[in-house]
Amino acid sequence: MPSKLSLHAALISILIFAIFLGAWQLATQPKESSALAGADAEYAALMGKGAEKTDGFPPPVKVARAFVEYLSDPFYDKGPNDKGIGIQLAHSLGRVGLGFLLAVVVALPLGFAIGMSPLLFRAFNPFIQVLKPISPLAWMPLALYSLKDSSISGIFVIFICSIWPMLINTAFGVASVRRDWINVARTLEVNPLRKAFLVILPAAAPTILTGMRISMGIAWLVIVAAEMLVGGTGIGYFVWNEWNNLALPNVIFAVVMIGLVGMVLDMFFGWLQKLVTYRE
Amino acid sequence: MSAHFLSIEALKKVYPSDSGEPNPPVFEDIHFHIDKGEFVCIIGHSGCGKTTILNVLAGLEAATAGDAIMDGREVSGPSLDRGVVFQSHALMPWMSVLGNVAFAVKSKWPEWSKDKITAHCTGYLEMVGLGQAIHRKPAELSGGMKQRVGIARAFAIQPKMLLLDEPFGALDALTRGTIQDELLKIVQATHQTVFMITHDVDEAILLADKILLMSNGPHAKIAEIVEVTMPRDRTRAGIHHDPQYYRIRNHLVDFLVNRSKTYAGAEAETFHDAKNPPVVRPGLEGERAPVVLLPTEKPAPQLKQVINH
Repeated sequence: MPSKLSLHAALISILIFAIFLGAWQLATQPKESSALAGADAEYAALMGKGAEKTDGFPPPVKVARAFVEYLSDPFYDKGPNDKGIGIQLAHSLGRVGLGFLLAVVVALPLGFAIGMSPLLFRAFNPFIQVLKPISPLAWMPLALYSLKDSSISGIFVIFICSIWPMLINTAFGVASVRRDWINVARTLEVNPLRKAFLVILPAAAPTILTGMRISMGIAWLVIVAAEMLVGGTGIGYFVWNEWNNLALPNVIFAVVMIGLVGMVLDMFFGWLQKLVTYRE
Repeated sequence: MSAHFLSIEALKKVYPSDSGEPNPPVFEDIHFHIDKGEFVCIIGHSGCGKTTILNVLAGLEAATAGDAIMDGREVSGPSLDRGVVFQSHALMPWMSVLGNVAFAVKSKWPEWSKDKITAHCTGYLEMVGLGQAIHRKPAELSGGMKQRVGIARAFAIQPKMLLLDEPFGALDALTRGTIQDELLKIVQATHQTVFMITHDVDEAILLADKILLMSNGPHAKIAEIVEVTMPRDRTRAGIHHDPQYYRIRNHLVDFLVNRSKTYAGAEAETFHDAKNPPVVRPGLEGERAPVVLLPTEKPAPQLKQVINH
């Protein structure tokens, strides 16, 4: 039965996509017999390939061509402004991965400490509450000034935006480990390290992983904007660069890629979450 | 006094209140003792602090005043000398059944090899009838099986004393019966010293050598110590054929229903010495013989009136 359900769902998905493509095609039909076409054909030819002129929103076919073109050779590198989509994505993922990893290294131990100690929780809470709502991009000028490197600044911005959900969820998960399990560990005189790794960590793992999943989602949102700002490499820079070239098909292609990579990242963390979730 | 395996002296617990005024103590002047190999049950209404007493014995909670001395040493924190079976089984759901017991065993004997630990744990799990389920996760077990794992875990560390906090409270009557039988068998075989909280009068009579009756809180005290004088080789099936059974049962129920609330307040002290709570043997006494050192029918109503004022 569920397979039948998912088959039906897939069929409807395909239908929705087809309707969307059709509407898109209709909306972007090239207008015939515009005033330019006859009189200025010669002028247009002088200016370049008149027929290829980018007027208006690109139709699906053009975008599809961009897909084929970029995906057929994702890893070419022809100088700073012309790199394959694979390379751009790799740069973005590298920054996100590094910033995220740094955030994990800081947030997990700190969250553990805050979760275990009501005193630390109260001491840290005002800072967390103030720092949490700050848009990560607002840190960018300070990061650029003090770190003096656009790429490292990007990593810092990812770090600062990933840390809060992880920190808060870790602290919450650790603080709300069932009293009974702690008591079992106490009556067994389990040493603190063993207790942390064998009782508290597995007990809090689902909550911690939820925090990580949220963090990763935010990090992937932020990296695009950050790279638009600092430029150089990355998928965000690619979008901005193609916008400056007025190459809308490429922009659309990049937007879709951002969505797909984001989905894969989220699925990965969803899978990790499932791995550590326990049934009671 | 020090000859006893476990002595509780003048134990008192006051919980801090939110407002400035001090709360009345949940219990005070708790004196009792347990000898090696004894099975002691404690019965009382909710709120009299039974679980707090057990937690103090386990070292999980500190008493406001008084001492708990086990085997010549003050109980000052949790210890592997005392195994605890929690009411909610408290198994770690991310570990297998074997993993849960092995976690405890490895805590007690860190130097043991993996094989030795597994063999040791399997032995105890077989003892509670779970030899087939050792690789399952707790979520795949029924409530009764989970509690069996909890019991196996507590026995596996071979504690000097076992503390059971209403271990069968959450189980259905049939399951409870079978596990009671198993516990009875294990305890009879191992001569384990046990302190157990229960709400179930029949359970207490079946399992215990001594039943501590607690009066209602606040200011709860040990009102009486009932000795279960029936022979130790009891079975759940045969116990109610013993003429002592109903006398003890009636005594306990009568206490819980009628007398447990009459021990609070200063008036109670005139007839009750908390330091030496009366030891009674209702099983051996004829139907007519009144229990000594107890409030008789006459002063009780008077006392109630005084308290109600």
